[in-house]
Amino acid sequence: MIRVRDLAKHFKVHKRPPGLAAALKSVIHRTYTTVKAVDGVSFTIERGERVGFLGPNGAGKTTTLKVLSGLLHPTSGEVSVDGHRPHKRDAEFLRRITLVMGQKQQLIWDLPPAETYALNQAVFGVSDADFAKTMAELSSLLDLEALAQKPTRQLSLGERMKCELAAALLHRPTTLFLDEPTIGLDVAMQVTIREFVREYNQRHDATVMLTSHYMDDVVALCPRVIVIDGGHIIHDGDLRRLVKTMMPDKRVSFTGTVAPDQLARLGRVVPADGGRTSIEVPEDRLREVVGHLLGLDAVHDLAIEDPPLEDVMRKLFKDHKPAEAAATPAPAAEAAS
Amino acid sequence: MTLRASVRAMPTMLRVGMAETIAYRAEMIVWILTTTMPLVMLALWTSVAREAPFRAYAQADFVAYYLAALIVRNLTSNWVAWQIGEEIRMGTLSMRLLRPVHPFAGYLATHLAAIPMRALVVLPVVAIMFVTSARDVIVTDAPRLALFGVSVAGAWLLVFATFVAIGALAFFLEKSMSLVEVYFGLFMLLSGYMIPLDLMPGWIRDVATWLPFRYMLGGPVEILIGRAPDAGAVLAAQWAWVAGMGLAAALIWRAGIRRFEAYGA
Repeated sequence: MIRVRDLAKHFKVHKRPPGLAAALKSVIHRTYTTVKAVDGVSFTIERGERVGFLGPNGAGKTTTLKVLSGLLHPTSGEVSVDGHRPHKRDAEFLRRITLVMGQKQQLIWDLPPAETYALNQAVFGVSDADFAKTMAELSSLLDLEALAQKPTRQLSLGERMKCELAAALLHRPTTLFLDEPTIGLDVAMQVTIREFVREYNQRHDATVMLTSHYMDDVVALCPRVIVIDGGHIIHDGDLRRLVKTMMPDKRVSFTGTVAPDQLARLGRVVPADGGRTSIEVPEDRLREVVGHLLGLDAVHDLAIEDPPLEDVMRKLFKDHKPAEAAATPAPAAEAAS
Repeated sequence: MTLRASVRAMPTMLRVGMAETIAYRAEMIVWILTTTMPLVMLALWTSVAREAPFRAYAQADFVAYYLAALIVRNLTSNWVAWQIGEEIRMGTLSMRLLRPVHPFAGYLATHLAAIPMRALVVLPVVAIMFVTSARDVIVTDAPRLALFGVSVAGAWLLVFATFVAIGALAFFLEKSMSLVEVYFGLFMLLSGYMIPLDLMPGWIRDVATWLPFRYMLGGPVEILIGRAPDAGAVLAAQWAWVAGMGLAAALIWRAGIRRFEAYGA
């Protein structure tokens, strides 16, 4: 269980304008500004939940995950993960968690992943029997057989991420912090990683906290989302309800041609690609509009969907901005991301 | 971060460290080639001493001195300062901090694991020692050789602790690796690496006695070639420096890691 109360993480950042004069001046007199990367964040995540942690770049996502995994000291507030205070990084805590960062790796670059697995087995004190069992399970879920013996540097990005996940999960952590685990991966590999995370969560009742810029990851994996912007939480709750509140209209798409004026009467036309036509329709008119469209000979392959999560997020951040700007000055940069 | 966990994991960490050393063998050989300065100095001083001894050093003494220096330098040098500096700068230290063993244990294992590979390079030098005039100079009795062994172990630890301390300064300084250059300048002069301290002006010798550099190289070399009348005093000073430098490295690390934790990377 993860419990966060009024978490704040502020960074003191040295600031100087460009130019030689400013550089010389900064030797004698340094000016610092305080960046509030995370500012008064509270939430609770129960054991076994899968939660998406969303926000634009510099919102405070990575900082929060680093605080939760013990890499950063909180400036203030209370954080507890399975009853442990993360920044103390006691051995028992480290055995219960894992942090996977899509941008950083723990695999030893010039050796096969099997060597990192052996190292992790030793440092986490995993028994031979447990190691064999976990390895067999991870191998079958991630199809690692052929990869574990190849030098890491010869693996593709996707293969490396699969091996990275295996290395991160060998000690069977019950809390997973996943920071952009699918970054840079192709669609097929993203799906593999997603399915694996869901499977691991269900088999081990593991808590998963995920950040991703790929909204498909979030839609597929996380029934609940926490949205953070400017260091503050702006939404915490059910993903479907968020979509419904922010963009209540359904998106109806189809192939075929309908006269523009007729289309405009049915709903708001939205740009779509792939030769399809899309309109947004209020839920109470959905039956009528779909009935009408299905009656037209030119309309084929009709689909009704929620608006994409990207659009929902864009609207959420846009709606949130004025209040945010009035409350605190926007941070210059997220120092720890 | 229990000590027990580190000790338990040490055999595997050493084995993986050796696998890494073998994977990096080409870099290792290039690295070792950078430690051949004693051979240059050997050529220089043996020609100086061809006709007659230079001060108390005959040609055979120079041969023994510089071959011993080559052996000690090869066995005791490491690259942990660069490793730590890079991990701090790139933030990959985070990965180490997520494991339940102290990062020092990991660094120690990596660099201890490189010793067998280094020994492979040292063995021919030892053989050369026994076929040249150096064989008449070096000590061969077991107690003296044991003292030499202890002094090499001390030198290894002292260099390691110094480099960990310098590497950990990357927590505070963006360009901490330039300190390695300063270190090398002082090391060349005050360790006896370039010129035996016996041949240095008296005041430099005195200064060297109070600094750590002599105990990283000159001390063990002097013990092996029988030029340390009071080997016990050399060892005592050396191990005091090991303790002091180890403490300094631990304190710098502790202060630095708080900063890393506070600022992140």
